[in-house]
Amino acid sequence: MKDNNLNGRHLLAKIFRWTCIAVTGFAVLILGILIYQVTVMGLPWLDMQFMDSFPSRFPERAGIKSAFFGTLWLVGLTALFAIPTGVLAAIYLEEYAKPGKVTRFIELNIANLAGVPSIVYGILGLALFVRFFHLERSVVAGALTMSLLILPVIIIASKESIKAVPQSLRQAAYAVGATPWQVIRHHVLPSAIPGVLTGVILALSRAIGETAPLIMMGALTYIAFIPEGPMDEFTALPIQIFNWTARPQLEFHELASAGIIVLLGVLLIMNSIAVYIRYRGTRSKM
Amino acid sequence: MEEQLTGRPRLGEKILKGAFFCCASISVVTTIAVICILAFETYGFFVEIPITDFLFGTEWTPLLQPKSYGMLPLLCGTLMIVVGSSIVALPVGIASAVYLSEYASDRVRNIVKPVLEILAGIPTVVYGFFALTFITPMLQSIFESTHVFNAASAAIVVGIMVLPMVASMCDDALQSVPDSLREGAYSLGATSFEVTIRIVLPAALSGIFASFVLAISRAIGETMAVTLAAGATPNFTLNPLESIQTMTAYIVQVSLGDTPAGTLTYKTLFAVAAVLFTLTLFLNLTASSVMRRFKETYE
Amino acid sequence: METNEQKSTVLDIQNVSISYGSELAVRNVSMPILEKTITAIIGPSGCGKSTLLRSLNRMNDFIENVEQSGNIMLSGQDLYESGVDPVEVRLRIGMVFQKPNPFPKSIFRNVAWGPTINGLSGDIEERVVTALQQAALWDEVKDRLQDSALNLSGGQQQRLCIARALAMKPEVILMDEPCSALDPVSTSRIEDLLFELKREYTIVIVTHNMQQAARVSEYTAFLENGVLVEFGDTDQVFTRPENQRTEEYVTGRFG
Repeated sequence: MKDNNLNGRHLLAKIFRWTCIAVTGFAVLILGILIYQVTVMGLPWLDMQFMDSFPSRFPERAGIKSAFFGTLWLVGLTALFAIPTGVLAAIYLEEYAKPGKVTRFIELNIANLAGVPSIVYGILGLALFVRFFHLERSVVAGALTMSLLILPVIIIASKESIKAVPQSLRQAAYAVGATPWQVIRHHVLPSAIPGVLTGVILALSRAIGETAPLIMMGALTYIAFIPEGPMDEFTALPIQIFNWTARPQLEFHELASAGIIVLLGVLLIMNSIAVYIRYRGTRSKM
Repeated sequence: MEEQLTGRPRLGEKILKGAFFCCASISVVTTIAVICILAFETYGFFVEIPITDFLFGTEWTPLLQPKSYGMLPLLCGTLMIVVGSSIVALPVGIASAVYLSEYASDRVRNIVKPVLEILAGIPTVVYGFFALTFITPMLQSIFESTHVFNAASAAIVVGIMVLPMVASMCDDALQSVPDSLREGAYSLGATSFEVTIRIVLPAALSGIFASFVLAISRAIGETMAVTLAAGATPNFTLNPLESIQTMTAYIVQVSLGDTPAGTLTYKTLFAVAAVLFTLTLFLNLTASSVMRRFKETYE
Repeated sequence: METNEQKSTVLDIQNVSISYGSELAVRNVSMPILEKTITAIIGPSGCGKSTLLRSLNRMNDFIENVEQSGNIMLSGQDLYESGVDPVEVRLRIGMVFQKPNPFPKSIFRNVAWGPTINGLSGDIEERVVTALQQAALWDEVKDRLQDSALNLSGGQQQRLCIARALAMKPEVILMDEPCSALDPVSTSRIEDLLFELKREYTIVIVTHNMQQAARVSEYTAFLENGVLVEFGDTDQVFTRPENQRTEEYVTGRFG
């Protein structure tokens, strides 16, 4: 009858399916090893002494106090600059801008900025903030650079969630005589806020983990104090980790893993908050 | 009493709109600033070093005597990272995406997708650490001639790093292929393999292609992992077990030292960054235009 | 109208119930599908008619949480018996869907795809030409077989999907509201086509359009809430229904 070789074809389908599963499993395994490796190396070093000490030439006395607080300062200032700017830009693009060449140019621009390597932002920060505006190696210069870096991420995420607000809601509000800003303020933003927050948190996580731009700006220096104002010099967690990793001695590698645990812990907390907000957001819509 | 419709000027609204527009235009200003800064300093560099020497020279020793400014070794180093990471990330990324999109149950998908997102958010310096403390020793135990800093280790780790992005984007592309096509194929007596390979993957091809282009762009721009794992020796070699230097690692190397503004070495930063920026911009534009056409096909 | 006795039963649906999770979509349906006839399944939307149709070539296998009981016999063998390969079932029972779903390939490759992957014997090209002729599409596309199928109009795409099913020379063709996405002109072309096709093929068509059912089919099944309310000669179902609900439905009092 028909020569459709069904047995062979089913075997092929089965092999293919299991290959895909095995490959996915392998990828997950690698990432599991990464986490395991870091935890095993770093956990013994992770104690109060580590959290409460400044960097040191002696591994047993070294800690991440200045890096931890540096990161807090950096993220705080970055949030201050980037969140309002990013959200307002998204509001403009979604609610005010008329579709046309200018708007399309801005949107294309934002999409491409999101893909520019972070080190190029470092160059921009170095030339613009550190040198041209004479902000030197201050927290504020770092935060401004980071803000430019994460701005596209915030704008894109906020735009998506503003776009998801149903048009009927806007029309209902306009129909009772509201101005554009009243419609946005009372109707669009409240519905869009979970999505916006999620995007903002993910963007700030990126700012916490970025290393290259800060190194470009010369933040890799020995800092044994906590910044007290925006003009102070600073160091940050990923930079401290880089510094320790780049040294040949095993003890410093172990310190680096302890630092990584702290860094990943901070990121995990932020991600969990984002997931929680999104979960609550989708539930309240149902 | 009759009221007339007046053209009441709403000043507040106008000011708000203007302020919002300013926020949106910051992105354009950023791009212009990047281009101007890169162009200005790069121009200064080319005044002293002929552009052909820079683009086609095979010696890169700006920090040593005799100085030489041929960037091919850096380009070659970056290329090795791109090729190596693609070998890791592209097949694994597609296979995982096929599993997620075509085979996995909704429950598995709902767990794996957020995990992918979190993995995509692990800082690159962590991957650099992983390369140096895990992948390099492993390579050394397989190939004895492996240097402490080598291209292979960095390439593998960059591959692992971009994997979540590739898997996630390919999954999106496969998901946007309408189920009606799968049903049509199954109704003709096709197996799941035939449906996936001959109908779904070809239909999602441009979306998959866009994810590949973005993965390459990420690999070119990746900095910390390659700085830590691949070293700082601009060898003009294709041996993956030797130390190399990428464009990004060179920029880090210079900025770790104290280089006064205005010197030739300072200007090399901008010249190299200009090449980096141009390459990634080209790739990103390609990816987004492919992606736009892909989305139009299925919307 | 022909009488039942001359026709043999191709598909025999016996006590079939289908549920999604806890929701019962088809309840204990039994009916025969006779050779070289058109059987229409009608009923209000959500009555389970598509679910029943999709169970006939095991397309419900792809939906999670579907449970089915009862038998569907194809020449004496149960389609759901363990060891029966669903791929082989679909080779013998083809399907045309609600919305035209041509592959993003050339017109030729769309029709040739099924025979090719299944390694069907004979000249593929000849099969494609015959199928396109049977689907009354040949004259319109013979000069542009290499064009993308996506460039065809909606009605042409649906006829291409019919040709795609015909190229497999299936024993039964299932059609799930094949005209619901088409304009009236394309619809009447497909109805004309059905008259031609029933000389050679057994067709089961789900439709919510009662005029269509009355025009094209010999037998009609009326389904409501998953229950087979009435099954019989189309003439009889539309003019002298036995059940009052059927009468109310076919006279347009609900649905």
